[in-house]
Amino acid sequence: MKKMLSISFLILLGISLMFISCSEKKNDVIKVGVLHSLSGTMSISEVAVKDATLLAIDEINKTGGLLGKQIVPVVEDGASDWPTFAEKATKMIEVDKVNVVFGCWTSASRKAVKPVFENLDHLLFYPVQYEGVEASKNIVYTGAAPNQQIMPAVSWLLEKGFKKFYLLGSDYVFPRTANKIIKLQLEAEGGEMVAEEYTPLGHTEYTTVISKILAAEPDVIFNTLNGDSNVAFFKQLKAAGIGPDKIPVMSVSIAEEEIKGIGAENIAGHYASWNYFMSMESSENDAFIKAYKTKYGADRVTDDPIEAGYFGVYLWAEAVKKAGSYEVAKVREAVRGVEYMAPEGLVKIEPTNNHTWKIVQIGKVKSDGQFEIVWATDGPVKPDPYPELISPDQKVISPGVMGPR
Amino acid sequence: MDTFVMQLFNGLSLSSILLLVGLGLSITFGIMGIINFAHGEFMMFGAYSVYLVQNLTYGLWGDFFFIFAIPASFFIAAGLGFLLERSIIRHLYNRPYESILVTWGLSLIFQQASRNIFGASNVDVRSPDWLKGGISISDTIQFPYNRIFIILIAIIAIAVMYFYIYKTTNGLKMRAVMQNRAMGASMGIQTRKVDSLTFAIGCGLAGLAGCVVSLLGSIGPSTGQNYIVDAFMVVVMGGVGSLAGTIAGALMMGIISPLLEFFTTSSMGKVLVFIVVILFLQLKPKGFVTFKSRALD
Repeated sequence: MKKMLSISFLILLGISLMFISCSEKKNDVIKVGVLHSLSGTMSISEVAVKDATLLAIDEINKTGGLLGKQIVPVVEDGASDWPTFAEKATKMIEVDKVNVVFGCWTSASRKAVKPVFENLDHLLFYPVQYEGVEASKNIVYTGAAPNQQIMPAVSWLLEKGFKKFYLLGSDYVFPRTANKIIKLQLEAEGGEMVAEEYTPLGHTEYTTVISKILAAEPDVIFNTLNGDSNVAFFKQLKAAGIGPDKIPVMSVSIAEEEIKGIGAENIAGHYASWNYFMSMESSENDAFIKAYKTKYGADRVTDDPIEAGYFGVYLWAEAVKKAGSYEVAKVREAVRGVEYMAPEGLVKIEPTNNHTWKIVQIGKVKSDGQFEIVWATDGPVKPDPYPELISPDQKVISPGVMGPR
Repeated sequence: MDTFVMQLFNGLSLSSILLLVGLGLSITFGIMGIINFAHGEFMMFGAYSVYLVQNLTYGLWGDFFFIFAIPASFFIAAGLGFLLERSIIRHLYNRPYESILVTWGLSLIFQQASRNIFGASNVDVRSPDWLKGGISISDTIQFPYNRIFIILIAIIAIAVMYFYIYKTTNGLKMRAVMQNRAMGASMGIQTRKVDSLTFAIGCGLAGLAGCVVSLLGSIGPSTGQNYIVDAFMVVVMGGVGSLAGTIAGALMMGIISPLLEFFTTSSMGKVLVFIVVILFLQLKPKGFVTFKSRALD
């Protein structure tokens, strides 16, 4: 008991020391917030994005900082719990007085913090592809809009002769909205949806779903499952004897990091659509991978959201330099139209909607867990968070403002 | 017909996993009155044991590491369970409400600990080559070897447990303590020892479940969380502390839920399963198999 007490005392001491050291130097630094799930079910994906964000901050600090000042990150744990995200966001803005926040992964967490950033008129950089149909002047989206990932993937599959789609997703906002877009697109472009199936997050028994898939005889499965479910789905799909030669799967939430957990042998030959792959060849990407591995370990991999978390910091830094100030209002104005040479190539914030111009690619999983890039657009694609298919009358005309199309 | 056979087979393999997890839960509750929310985490320990064994011995034994991983997952989980019982759980006997809070907290601590040790991402265990593929019955039906293997492991585990509980002295003591602790103690049974051993065995079974689940699902900090609710339902339906009841509960859960899922959707299937369980408990509030105990409680 005594030992326990002394240990908990030591821990408390450590925590309080950390706080003291944080609050000491205040004026000659720029504080930024990093808000990701470091515990709970989403930490599987989010910890790596946090790492990438910190790497970018580190790199900027090593080359002299920003406006002559060092950037100090304030890291908070959203704990995979959406109200916690909102609470921590408020705390970072009001108590820590951060100048920008990088964070969130799930659409549910973004929806939870959106009112916070809007009410306090602050700024969030969101690094993950999402379902679109959102406009906020307080959020900069560095992941893909639907027309930069999901819709090109559907068109590509149709072009390759896969006409009958089986839509499989986790049961929450992203897959349901994404599938709404896909259904409209299939109608418009001459495809067919044979069935639509949602499983609860964390679902682990996919044999029933696989039986249904076999009965429906689709040409391709469009997979918007998230989290652990993907591991169970691919392992069981393979065990049931269905390989990519019989029914290929196109995924939009599986990147290099997830493949490590699924096991490359279980998913080799299937497809994924992203803006960045670790196997891309460019000097920026080589440097990024090298820096990431040096800092976090040689067995780590980079992937799309990790890269978006990384270059988001640089885009923000470009905006700060352009504005000559790190004040939220000035940065928010300056960020419209800034460019940066990211690992995936040139990225640029579209001034009318605060989303990012990005190249779109489709990759085929190889047996080593990397992607072979089988298709890519010629250059960055203009982001459109409100695709005409689901919003025929309205579009975003400037960040957070809707207008007639 | 094809699909029906397939569903039945799938149900059986799901039942096997639920049985392994549920059995440990059922005997720890039956004997000690502990509602162990951290039980799923012992499953996670089992799954990570397979990962560790793979990393340490894959070079030596190749695909046969899995044979060695089976006892390893059992004994690692059982050992950790034993330590936990000795250090924390024994203070909670017959205090079900406190035990819920404490084990819930432990479950969070274990999950975070594994995140810190193994990283937040899922890890991968290679399925041995001899478990790949399956027996093809027709064009659409294939019984995967790994599922057959899981069913076999569950049958062996149940047989061993049956032998232990009903044919050995330790098992006799365990049943005695479960039925009437005070009387057992006055007959000279060291109830503390029986408790530790039982808890360890329960955790070991969960570890075994984690080992077989590594063939089907993810190995990560939240592995246990994915199964714990279903396991609780097995225990509630089967009746607490009974081997036969747990088997019946696991078979019902394992077969009903894929069937309901097949005829509706996955989300709706889950809802219907809960409704079935609730209705069932109206008819048989104590589950399938109930104990006749002479204890005054």
